[in-house]
Amino acid sequence: MHEYLRKKWFYFLLLLLALVFPLFGPSRLIFTMLILSGIWSIATLGLNLILGYTGQASLAHGAFFGIGAYAVGIMTTRLGLSFWIALPLASFLCAAIGFLIGLPTLRTKGAYFAISTLAFGIIVFIIAGNWSDLTGGHMGLPAIPRPNPIPLPLAGEISFTSPAARYYLVLFFLLLTLWVMHRVVFSLQGYSFMAIRNNENLAEAVGINTFRNKLLSFMVANFFAGLAGGLYAMQLGALSPFITHHVLTFNLIIYLILGGVATLAGPIIGAITVPFIVDALFAIGPYRMVIFGVLLIVSIIYFPRGLMGGLTSLWNRTADYYRHRKDGVRHAAES
Amino acid sequence: MLLKVEALSKHFGGLKAVDGVDFHVNQGEIVAIIGPNGSGKSTLFNLISGTLRPTTGKVLFQGDEITAHKPYRVAALGIKRTFQTTTLFDQLRVVDNLAIGRRVNTKTGFWDALFRTARWRRERDETVGKVLELSGIIGLGDKFFDFVTTLSQEAQKRLAIGIALASEPGLLLLDEPTAGINMEETAEIIELIRKVREAGTTICLIEHKMRMVMGLADRIIVLNYGRKIAEGTPQEISGNQVVIEAYLGGKSIA
Repeated sequence: MHEYLRKKWFYFLLLLLALVFPLFGPSRLIFTMLILSGIWSIATLGLNLILGYTGQASLAHGAFFGIGAYAVGIMTTRLGLSFWIALPLASFLCAAIGFLIGLPTLRTKGAYFAISTLAFGIIVFIIAGNWSDLTGGHMGLPAIPRPNPIPLPLAGEISFTSPAARYYLVLFFLLLTLWVMHRVVFSLQGYSFMAIRNNENLAEAVGINTFRNKLLSFMVANFFAGLAGGLYAMQLGALSPFITHHVLTFNLIIYLILGGVATLAGPIIGAITVPFIVDALFAIGPYRMVIFGVLLIVSIIYFPRGLMGGLTSLWNRTADYYRHRKDGVRHAAES
Repeated sequence: MLLKVEALSKHFGGLKAVDGVDFHVNQGEIVAIIGPNGSGKSTLFNLISGTLRPTTGKVLFQGDEITAHKPYRVAALGIKRTFQTTTLFDQLRVVDNLAIGRRVNTKTGFWDALFRTARWRRERDETVGKVLELSGIIGLGDKFFDFVTTLSQEAQKRLAIGIALASEPGLLLLDEPTAGINMEETAEIIELIRKVREAGTTICLIEHKMRMVMGLADRIIVLNYGRKIAEGTPQEISGNQVVIEAYLGGKSIA
């Protein structure tokens, strides 16, 4: 355990910072942005599994995010279900729809898979905007209730009216997502995903059922898209069809690429930094998209593994530098 | 009889890439398939391994029909192959490549990984042990954690064989294992192939270098224009008039 702490101290420090952060009394705006960043992080971690680790560019991720959000919204308003039941149901619904959509689309490869999932996303957007009886149509779905308070034996209850409580709720699910991804990616199952990403023909030749593994990855990815969508419905309390729009998918892809594809920290780094940069650039209006275009191109050329990849190589280089310096000192001392 | 191929044909439109080929591979043998460019050797491998569906004919492995099975099912039954161009998981390390090659022997799935079940632990430990041993056999023990792209051409070819060997297959199909490397390196690959056979794996290989095949194979099958034109021991083949004509360009072909 001691050894474990020594190796992972940095992560524990980050976790500690995340836990004590609300005690510094941040403004409501900062809180809202961080909660949303946490939600984007969960969705991007899901996208990272199918796109980053399995190499299948699903452009339906935003649609599944929207399905999760609407599922929670509809279940809590029209069916009167508790949020705590609606959230897992919505996530499993997204995994199930992912299974059905994956059956035909995952038989295509590369750009064709991207196009067919994009088409599915557009269908979801049209349905969300026009099936007024179910989704409220373009008028949106208002008045999604806050989660029921959780009763505690001694301290009364945790209610979710304060931003701090919702912050901890999202943080909890983010850690859960990270835990699942960590366990799955660093396992023999994770090897199967990476084999498919790297060379599908060889993966098939060594005996991996590529279709089944892609389907599994797609379902897990969509499960977390749905989870993030459900949390989004909880945080905003109202939904518009634009939450299923493919612009959301591309935002998530930007978080993933700038943060670092196929790393576990990357999606979180991207989902936190990019929205804050967008916010900081608000003054220059639509021109900020130009800056993003340049950033994206520079990142893809020079940091193909995003900020996380850049940081890792910087870290390794510094570590090398200090190791060599130490070696140098030892040589000097010995001679 | 480990592998039996009966009247196997593959037609691409009017082209008969493989045309009614019969042959078999016995347990413990090294069988070489030779023939000029475009004679259908690689197509034959693709038909056996399930990459292509045959037009007609049958493939039997250990007496069971495996014709037109999907590649991953053929691999799971114990037929592993390598490709003509060295094909590796080039984003990963040597250890990862070998572990993926062994994936077919392990059943760890999503839930095992998530809850770290007894199976997850057992198969992880077993994989690490086997892969470590295998890296020594293929002579990459000191490169265990190296990225594949840093290896030499010849080391990459040995790794490709290692990926196929990792699952301890009954039959190994090698598609030109020494293509594009020099004589010295070829000798090392031959040494490895011998070692693999001594360890009990049956081998069927495609080769261009006649000298290598003559010293290595127990039996040789010669293809030309998709048909089998000769079969026999290396001595028989080297004296066969039909084969010599096919290679040197005789007037009539079979």
